[in-house]
Amino acid sequence: MSRNLNRKELEEKEKYNALVQKRMDKSPLFLDCVKAFVTGGIICAVGEGFRKFGFHVLELSQDDNNAFVAIVMVFLGALLTGLGVYDQIYKFGGAGAAVPITGFSNSVVSPAMEFRREGLVMGTAARMFNIAGPVLVYGIGGSVIVGLLWLAFQ
Amino acid sequence: MDKRMQYILNAPNRVGGQTLVFHNRPAVAAMATIAGELEAQGTFGHHYDIVLTDDLWGEESWEKAESKMFEQVVRKALAKENLSETWVECLLGGDLLNQIIAANFAARQLGLPFLGLYGACSTMAESLLLGSVLVSGGFMSCVACAVTSHFSTAERQYRMPLEMGTQRTPTAQRTVTGAGCTVLVAPGSPAAKNIEITHGTVGKVIDLGIKDANNMGAAMAPAAADSICAHLADTGRTVDDYDLIVTGDLGALGAELARELCLQRGVDLKDKHLDCGDSIFTPEQDMKAGGSGCACSAIVLNAYLLKEMMSGTYNRVLFLATGALLSVSSTQQGESIPCVAHAVVFERRAD
Repeated sequence: MSRNLNRKELEEKEKYNALVQKRMDKSPLFLDCVKAFVTGGIICAVGEGFRKFGFHVLELSQDDNNAFVAIVMVFLGALLTGLGVYDQIYKFGGAGAAVPITGFSNSVVSPAMEFRREGLVMGTAARMFNIAGPVLVYGIGGSVIVGLLWLAFQ
Repeated sequence: MDKRMQYILNAPNRVGGQTLVFHNRPAVAAMATIAGELEAQGTFGHHYDIVLTDDLWGEESWEKAESKMFEQVVRKALAKENLSETWVECLLGGDLLNQIIAANFAARQLGLPFLGLYGACSTMAESLLLGSVLVSGGFMSCVACAVTSHFSTAERQYRMPLEMGTQRTPTAQRTVTGAGCTVLVAPGSPAAKNIEITHGTVGKVIDLGIKDANNMGAAMAPAAADSICAHLADTGRTVDDYDLIVTGDLGALGAELARELCLQRGVDLKDKHLDCGDSIFTPEQDMKAGGSGCACSAIVLNAYLLKEMMSGTYNRVLFLATGALLSVSSTQQGESIPCVAHAVVFERRAD
């Protein structure tokens, strides 16, 4: 679809883009970073609380405890998404709510809920990894490469 | 000059390059609006005919609710003026969904002859323009022009699932939930009110290379400015000939950019410019750059502007609606956003 632009058109576009950049309100970067830090910190503190609980109260082994914390946090993320709370947290915290595992849970549960009306198979199941899919593809793909490198150089 | 060219240039009802003149002026006979809850808390809240308290409106899905809005807004407009549905000879309109299903499915329920239109958020002006052509040309004596848009259906189609966390950028706009309908009749009809459509300007598709789908106002502003300037040049009028120049859904940034682009071409909009997207929500509602969607301009026009015209606040209004002609695929493939703005002129008949 790309057209051959003559020089005048290109200049006009550049001039307009410069004007837009000048007039555009930028996101308040510093404030957003502080909010993300606080939000992410709170989520991680909750996770840490469960880790302590698993370690001291349930007396789980290190490996079991890691799985326990992840399962609890994924569940909480899913629950808060279902209750319509997580997107509010995200609106405030941005990346602070996206990066922890609860954000991953949100990105799987929200399309699953959204596409329920298109049926359980073609809706919920097919669309569930719409957003999280790329994370899985490159996450697993990346770990395979790291694994191979480790094997080669150990 | 080529003789064929001369023939083309001599269209009797057109002035300049893009503007149609309706010598036989279609008149507004009825209008109605439906708005969502947030819209009703906004600037023009008490003007809307029907306010949804639940965005599903008793339906199973948002798409069905949107289709119901389209159907009900047409019925409401006719019922308000005691017009029979059988009098409507053609229904024109559209929405933002793929294959304009909200409008198509509503037209099935209404059982009227139907021309489905897609001009993204410019559809209200597009349907009024084409409806005026049909009425003015004597092909029909009563047409209904309607559009609808719904926040939840637009979000899932163009952006992310609703419960998916997102942070909106300062330039993002919120799709307006609502529907608007204007019924046009032939001049001299007993149903005619004192507002007529005198001109229509068909917009060119303009693209100045904006690629950010969260900054539609900046993408659409050049199209709005181009159509405003083309209209004024075609008709030989100036901004002073209008009481108000209304744009559809440029939002705060887009409206500012459109005014600036007009000024660069020597057209000063002064205090005559009103952008529906910029004004539909109150600043306290924190909708970032404002509202968007087909319904944005449609509900402000039908709930507020036409009423104000009828009562004599404004005598001549240039109404433009701007549309961003993008799709999810085009955005993902890195294309910039082509935009269009169509315009119609409403005039109050002095009598």
